[in-house]
Amino acid sequence: MGLRKIVDNVKPTFSEGGKFGFLASLFDAIETFLFVPNTTTKKGAHVRDCNDMKRTMFFVVLALIPAFLFGCYNTGSQVGLEGFAALMYGLVRVLPMLAVSYVVGLGIEVIYAQIRKEEVAEGYFVTGFLIPMIMPVSTPLWMVALGVAFAVIFGKEVFGGTGMNIFNPALVARAFVFFAFTPQMSGEKVWYSDWTMMGAQVDGVSGATALEQLATTGQMQWSVMDAFLGFIPGSFGETSTLCILLGGALLLYTGIASWRTMLSVFVGGLAMGYLFQAVGLTDYPAYYHLLVGGFAFGAVFMATDPVTSAQTNVGKYIVGFMTGALAVLVRVVNPAYPEGMMLAILFMNALAPTVDYFVVEANINRRKNRIKTVK
Amino acid sequence: MNMKNLTGPLSANNPVIVQILGICSALAVTVKMEPAFVMGLSVIVVTAFANLVMSLLRNGIPSRIRIIVQLVVIAALVILVDQFLKAFVYDVSKQLSVYVGLIITNCIIMGRVEAYALGNKPLDSFLDGIGNGLGYAAILLIVAFFRELFGSGTLFGVQIIPQSWYIAEGGFYSNVGIMLFPPMALIIVGAIIWIHRSFNKDLQEK
Repeated sequence: MGLRKIVDNVKPTFSEGGKFGFLASLFDAIETFLFVPNTTTKKGAHVRDCNDMKRTMFFVVLALIPAFLFGCYNTGSQVGLEGFAALMYGLVRVLPMLAVSYVVGLGIEVIYAQIRKEEVAEGYFVTGFLIPMIMPVSTPLWMVALGVAFAVIFGKEVFGGTGMNIFNPALVARAFVFFAFTPQMSGEKVWYSDWTMMGAQVDGVSGATALEQLATTGQMQWSVMDAFLGFIPGSFGETSTLCILLGGALLLYTGIASWRTMLSVFVGGLAMGYLFQAVGLTDYPAYYHLLVGGFAFGAVFMATDPVTSAQTNVGKYIVGFMTGALAVLVRVVNPAYPEGMMLAILFMNALAPTVDYFVVEANINRRKNRIKTVK
Repeated sequence: MNMKNLTGPLSANNPVIVQILGICSALAVTVKMEPAFVMGLSVIVVTAFANLVMSLLRNGIPSRIRIIVQLVVIAALVILVDQFLKAFVYDVSKQLSVYVGLIITNCIIMGRVEAYALGNKPLDSFLDGIGNGLGYAAILLIVAFFRELFGSGTLFGVQIIPQSWYIAEGGFYSNVGIMLFPPMALIIVGAIIWIHRSFNKDLQEK
């Protein structure tokens, strides 16, 4: 255990009163990242479980890996590369964005932790990974940095840090960048990488996403299978419904994400899609909505966020259903926003506490009535 | 004469960021510096003279009808300011549109008249009006500074960020479009309050 010794040796320097005592929270973050803490809660009733925050966050990132790798491959394949070259091209293309997301986000988190004399929270581990995956691949890096800074400060730290936020921080970053730089974040070119390396054919590559095509013409140029597998242009990690479902299966198996939320988002989207099909507003099948754009990604990784989603089981059904229904409503009815998932999730994030409140109130009333009938 | 009336509302007792008054117009007229500046001046004039006039009249008004008298005085002053702006700075007056007229509903003015001018001497009231108007104008200018600089790349209409930086000109930069939306003004006001309170410990809620 050489590393353990090194960590123990430098610990006094980084503890309170030491030379670098002001870096205590950063040191603590690195130490608990390297070694699982062996201190346990001594007082009160607590569930003692090996599944701490760091392991939970690690599983979410693991669940994101299939969609991430496919996103890399798809980035390359959209500019004419094949096989391993496509994967490498995508990896090289997205790594700067990932690095910017982590450096800026964790930097701000560490500064706040120092000021408040708290431990660095683990929440950003997942958020930082999510942010590049929901951005168009050619987003300029300084826009990503600005979005991340806004999301961490005004989406999270203002409310008191990890676990206190009202809105999903990754989506706050996406929403900020979308509204701040609308000309750069929409249109035909943004979905394709513009780096000329490894022989990529980037000149003149442009085109509407499947969502935009559906919104304007009612059909898309790709087959349903392509859309399901993810060989379509779109934000970096959102295209492959298959890979997202693989990650979703891991989240459900480990019990990290709520199946109630996930299922009801899909049901809500389908129901709204069928409704629009029935009244003749759309003439493509309703299940298209679940395959194109960020619907699946949002349903599996965003709407299930345990902090911002509803806390009660009934609330999860309601919030999930309304998220899916709202996303499709925005997509079909509002021509300015071909993609409605981001707005739908953020909106339902804001309403989730209200839904929870009424669910709890209803339960209290039900039990009060039970007492009355017994008397 | 109490100079605290003049300096207090600038920071420790600021009408916008401490008393949270006059927020609506702070969101509406701060897209550019110029209208914010003119709006600030107008509010300074109206608050100062409303305070002065009401303080002079304070012993002659039955308290049952004081609100209606205040409204008449403030409305007359607002109409004066409005006509003045239309005559001399017509462009800005058009940009401010209804918000000059809406100074009459600005909570700061009514608040100062009710809370201060009706119980204090004319000169003190006059200073208090100028101070509160200045406090309001200062916040307006700070908000407008950030919104115009990052939202349009200009200050008082003068291009600050070099044209060659823009994407259209082959650069990398782009204006932050969200700055032009009112929600961003609210976030900036929130950030100012946040920073202000972290320096003024006595303002922090327990």
